[in-house]
Amino acid sequence: MIGELAENSIYFGVLLSLTAYGVGLWLKRLTGWALVNPLFIAIVLVISVLLLFDISYDTYNRGADIISYLLTPSTICLALPLYQQIELLKRNYKAVMAGILVGSLSSVCIVLLLALLFGFDHASYVTFLPKSITTAIGIGVCQELGGYVSIAVAVIIITGVFGGIVGEKIFNILHIDEPIARGVALGTSSHAIGTSKAMELGVVEGSMSSLSIVVCGIITVVLAPIFANFL
Amino acid sequence: MRLLFQFLIIVVISFVGEMLNHFIPLPIPASIYGIVILFTALKMQWIKPHHIGDVCRFLILIMPVLFIPSAVGLIKSWDLISANLLQYVVILMVSTVVVMAASAIATQQVIKRSKRKQQQQQ
Repeated sequence: MIGELAENSIYFGVLLSLTAYGVGLWLKRLTGWALVNPLFIAIVLVISVLLLFDISYDTYNRGADIISYLLTPSTICLALPLYQQIELLKRNYKAVMAGILVGSLSSVCIVLLLALLFGFDHASYVTFLPKSITTAIGIGVCQELGGYVSIAVAVIIITGVFGGIVGEKIFNILHIDEPIARGVALGTSSHAIGTSKAMELGVVEGSMSSLSIVVCGIITVVLAPIFANFL
Repeated sequence: MRLLFQFLIIVVISFVGEMLNHFIPLPIPASIYGIVILFTALKMQWIKPHHIGDVCRFLILIMPVLFIPSAVGLIKSWDLISANLLQYVVILMVSTVVVMAASAIATQQVIKRSKRKQQQQQ
């Protein structure tokens, strides 16, 4: 019954997504745990509903597509907090660049190391190379290097969600108390999804994270083709 | 009218970003061109923060929601992923934690060092 309703409504996808995210926010407020991530809960809920009522992804996405449509404008808006924090960036230029460079380099190195350890073939290996950068750049890199694009999309998004969930825990364990360092780390490891988490932490974290998406993305575009030759 | 005008500015920049992505043969998405364009326009004072402020705050606030549909798209590639699920999960979790830790430590160390230098100079 619900499946039939879904098929006949273009609002179903949006309704389901927003409701699921609302439940996620509510659960976070209720429990107060950092590990309860509204985005993660929303994804699990939507997938469960689709599987439970046997609704296809295309039916869901027919409506939900208008949500994805706003992603580019929303990412562009990150330029505003970045602009407002420009003085802070100028003062800490070296630290920010060092953090992004170390992060991007360690990303491709650890992927190479683990791919060798697990005996991945070339295609699986290059699928993981762009995992820390924003989806749109990552897809391009993966395609260029001959990886599995559909897996890359999933890998990049789960990386972002996972980074947003564990970020604060890692910062507490390592005593990372500089907002700039937190922002750079979230943006470099978990791209735009990490940045939406960084925005929750504060405007300094958010703007440094936005900058990291851009710079880390560009560095990886250069690094990934070089590292692709190693396996 | 004000909100409409603010949204129009963002849509125009998105459109220009899209065009650049289309005509320049690099794997750089429209959104990255867009960030650079908007940042430059703010820096040159062609656009003032109050021209776009309300719409920007709203779009940034709802950003996590915008990722839901593509994340749910995971169920389409599930067959490919489930074949090597354990390895994929390990590589994903380990590398994300390593990158997060490495860039956080590197950034913080450089900040601390330059703070110490400043204190010595004073």
